[in-house]
Amino acid sequence: MKILFARGFERKFGEQVQYLNQTILTNKAHMSWVTKTLNSTLGRKLLMALTGLFLILFLVVHLAGNLQLLLPDGGEAFNKYAATMASNPFIKVVSIGNFAFILIHVIYSIILSRHNKKSRPVEYAVSKASTNSVWASRNMGILGTVILIFLLVHLKGFYYEVKFGSTPMVSYEGVEFKDVYAIVATAYSNILYVAFYVICMGFLSFHLSHGFASAFQTLGLNHKKYTPAIQFVGRLFSIVVPALFALIPVYMYFTIQS
Amino acid sequence: MKLTLKVWRQKNNKDKGGFKTYPLDGISADMSFLEMLDVLNEDLNEKGEDPVHFDHDCREGICGMCSLYINGKPHGPKQTTTCQLHMRSFSDGDTITIEPWRATAFPVQKDLVVDRSAFDRIIQSGGYVSVNTGGVPDANEIPIPKTIADEAFDAATCIGCGACVAACKNASAMLFVSAKVSQLAMLPQGQVERKERVEKMVAQMDAEGFGACTNTGACAAECPKGISLTNIARLNREYFSAIVSSENV
Repeated sequence: MKILFARGFERKFGEQVQYLNQTILTNKAHMSWVTKTLNSTLGRKLLMALTGLFLILFLVVHLAGNLQLLLPDGGEAFNKYAATMASNPFIKVVSIGNFAFILIHVIYSIILSRHNKKSRPVEYAVSKASTNSVWASRNMGILGTVILIFLLVHLKGFYYEVKFGSTPMVSYEGVEFKDVYAIVATAYSNILYVAFYVICMGFLSFHLSHGFASAFQTLGLNHKKYTPAIQFVGRLFSIVVPALFALIPVYMYFTIQS
Repeated sequence: MKLTLKVWRQKNNKDKGGFKTYPLDGISADMSFLEMLDVLNEDLNEKGEDPVHFDHDCREGICGMCSLYINGKPHGPKQTTTCQLHMRSFSDGDTITIEPWRATAFPVQKDLVVDRSAFDRIIQSGGYVSVNTGGVPDANEIPIPKTIADEAFDAATCIGCGACVAACKNASAMLFVSAKVSQLAMLPQGQVERKERVEKMVAQMDAEGFGACTNTGACAAECPKGISLTNIARLNREYFSAIVSSENV
C-alpha cells in the first residue's frame, strides 16, 4: 500500500508523505503473526472451516425450531418459540455472530476462489476431473452461490418480514404473539415458493456432502479412528438435514391445500 | 498401433502456443509412453521439424522428472509416472491429447516442459535438517516405532513430480508440501526445526502462487507414489500448532 497525493501537496509536504509511505511499507513487512496467518492460504481455509462448522451447528438449531411447524396445533408452539427466540438476549448475540460468520464465509470464499483462479489461468483442453474427485468438492463455489441467493430470498421473505413488516397478531391464553406461522403458511401455499425451497435444499445437501468432512480435514482432524465416523456423519447429515428442511414446505403446502 | 497425437506446442515462455496434430503409425503396445514420443521425435527430426520437448530423466519412475497431462489426467490413465505408462493402456486408433502441467507456479518453458523450480524453493525454505547428525549411530539407538517409520517413509517417497499440482483444480501444492513437512515432523531428527520449517514452507508455497486446498482429493488419487491425504491434515495441524506456539512473532 502506498499513499498518493496530488502533486502540489506532495511538493509541499514531500518529506512527510515519504515518511508516511515508509512507515506503511515497513509495517507491511512486519505484519503481526495473526494477520500473516489469516492472509495465508491455510489461515483462510481455517476461517472457512470454523465458520462452516458453526453454520452446520446453526442448521441443527434452526431445523429443531422449524420442525414445530409440523405440529397440528395451528402454529401455537412455533409462534411461542419464535417469540422466545426474538426476545432472548443470548439468542440475539448468537444471531449477530451468525450473520458475521455467514459474511466471513462468503467473503473468504470469494478471496480464495479468486486466488485459486489466478493459480491456474490456463485451463486444460481435456480434463477428466470426475475420475479423481467428486463433483460437489469441485463446485463448492457454485453451490455456495445458490445457497447465498436462497438465503437472501429466505431472509427477505421471513426474517425481514417478521422483524420489520406488519405481522398479524394472535393471542394464546390472553397473551399476544406475532403470528409468524401465518406468514410461513402464506408463503408455502405458493407452489413456486415450495419448489424453490426444495431445489435449494438439494444444493445445500451437495454443499454439505463435501463441506462437513472437509472442514475437519482443514482443521487437521484426520485420524484412523475418527475420520470414517466423521465422513459417515457428514454424509448422513447432508441427506437428513436438508431433507427435513425440504419436508416442511412440502407438508405445509399439502395440508393447507386440504 | 495407429495413433493421432494432439500435442501442445509452444516456442518459449512468451509464446502463446497451441495444439498441433500428428498422425503416428507402427507403435508397439510394449513401448512406454516416452518411447512413443521418441518415435514421434525421430520422425520430426527426419523431416527437419523441431522435435517435441518434454521432461524426462531416469525413466524408471523414481526421479520425478517426467510429467505430461495425458487425455485429461496427469501421467495419463494409470496411477503411475509417464515413463512407466505403457502403450498397452491405449487402443489402436486412439486420439491422445498431451498438455503441459498448468499452473501459475509452473510456467511453460517450451512445448511440454514446465519450470518446477518453485518446488525447489519450497524445499530450500525449510525442507531439510540442519543439525549436525554426527557419525553413524548404533542401530536402535534412536527408538522410532515401526508404524511411525513406515508413515514417514511413505511421505518421503514423494518424488516431487508435481502431478498433485497438475491434478488439483486450484493448482495447489498442498500434497507435495505436506509430504515434505510430514517426513521430517514424524522423526526425531526433524524436531529441532519443526515449527520454523512448516511456517517457512507454507509461506514459500503461498509466495510461489500455488492455490489453496479444497480437499477434493484429486492430488492423492493421481499421485504416482500414493501419498495420502492424511499428510495434508498433518500439515494443517503442524502449521496451526506452530503458528500459535512458535517464537516467531
